[in-house]
Amino acid sequence: MEKKKSNKLTVILLIVLVVAIIFMPLLILPGAEFLGSDDGGSKMVSEVTGEEYEPWFTPVMETLIGGELPGEMESLFFCIQTGIGVGIIAFSFGYLAARKKYGGDLPDEGENDALTEEPLAAKGSKPPQQKPLRQKN
Amino acid sequence: MRNRVKRLASRLSAFEQSLTFSRSEKVVLAISLAFTVCFAMPATAQAMHIMEGFLPPEYCIAWGAICVPFLVLGVIRIKRLIANTSRHTLILLAMAGAFIFVISSLKIPSVTGSCSHMTGTGLGAILFGPTPVSVLGIIVLIFQATLLAHGGLTTLGANCFSMAIAGPIIAWLLYKGALALRINRSVAIFIAVMLGDLFTYCVTSVQLALAYPSDVGGVVASAVKFLGVFAPTQVPLAVVEGLLTVLIIIGMQSFASKELKEISFGEKKAGVA
Repeated sequence: MEKKKSNKLTVILLIVLVVAIIFMPLLILPGAEFLGSDDGGSKMVSEVTGEEYEPWFTPVMETLIGGELPGEMESLFFCIQTGIGVGIIAFSFGYLAARKKYGGDLPDEGENDALTEEPLAAKGSKPPQQKPLRQKN
Repeated sequence: MRNRVKRLASRLSAFEQSLTFSRSEKVVLAISLAFTVCFAMPATAQAMHIMEGFLPPEYCIAWGAICVPFLVLGVIRIKRLIANTSRHTLILLAMAGAFIFVISSLKIPSVTGSCSHMTGTGLGAILFGPTPVSVLGIIVLIFQATLLAHGGLTTLGANCFSMAIAGPIIAWLLYKGALALRINRSVAIFIAVMLGDLFTYCVTSVQLALAYPSDVGGVVASAVKFLGVFAPTQVPLAVVEGLLTVLIIIGMQSFASKELKEISFGEKKAGVA
């Protein structure tokens, strides 16, 4: 496939571009605080309404521990979130990549008939559409 | 010309088919719609993540009510996806959800000197359509609202609408539109996701503006002000999200082409044979 080569180039280019966009602000704005824009939004609320807005509901976690979540803990939770996500994506790509590499003869159109017939004959219930990995032609 | 009309017709019939529901599905959908009408209408007649307690209660309820039918539809769609396709397509769904988890947890600096994060909902919208993403999105929002004090339970409805409903719908429409115009697929994905992400923040601004109209100029002036806070920060991030989504779809295309075919991603013809 000649398409593969161009894909590789695009992927590298895209990654470089993403990294560049993310780190550029750090370089061109030294000393900026980089506070969350969600906070900026709440400041704007008090600016528009002309008075300090008192939130009428405190976050569940803050009521639970009786105070604000410590910064380090917050970053821990954010990391957990990232970790869960990255874990699933990495596992999936790992699985898919391995399947492509070792599964070799996975069902592709023509083979489809053969594989739905087999399990159907074996069991009357739902036809599992997935083909056992080790099976060969 | 005639060919094109035919294709359009078959696409329409496919769309119609996707709109037919079983009886129990109909009932649930009707209840959810009634719920919306009851709760959402009074507030609208009057009247990014929004932080906990920052929207007046009636707005919280209204936005929440608006979200319900979308979520119900999303659950139905996901159920059907599970029933009608091989189990492996679930990997793609899981990846789309995980993508939202990752992307929305990363606070990224922007040229305005403040930080914001992306939504990540564009990927799922392009792969599965907008409603299943609503379900994935609200999981992330609940996670952040309870554990992180980011967003909030009271503003869950409003945030869900902007991030998990409005953004994905725009992304999906733009993607389909761009494909119809025969724009290169990767470019189409990039544009759709980027603008979908930006649209999320526009919706957030409008939501805040509806609740806090400015004394001079009312809702519109207020919306512009809120947009002024969110938009400049969000533009570079939207670009990043677009690029990342293109990246992950390239990955999926090279490793999971079979599953993509099964959810009819990347098909040039309409799904009806």
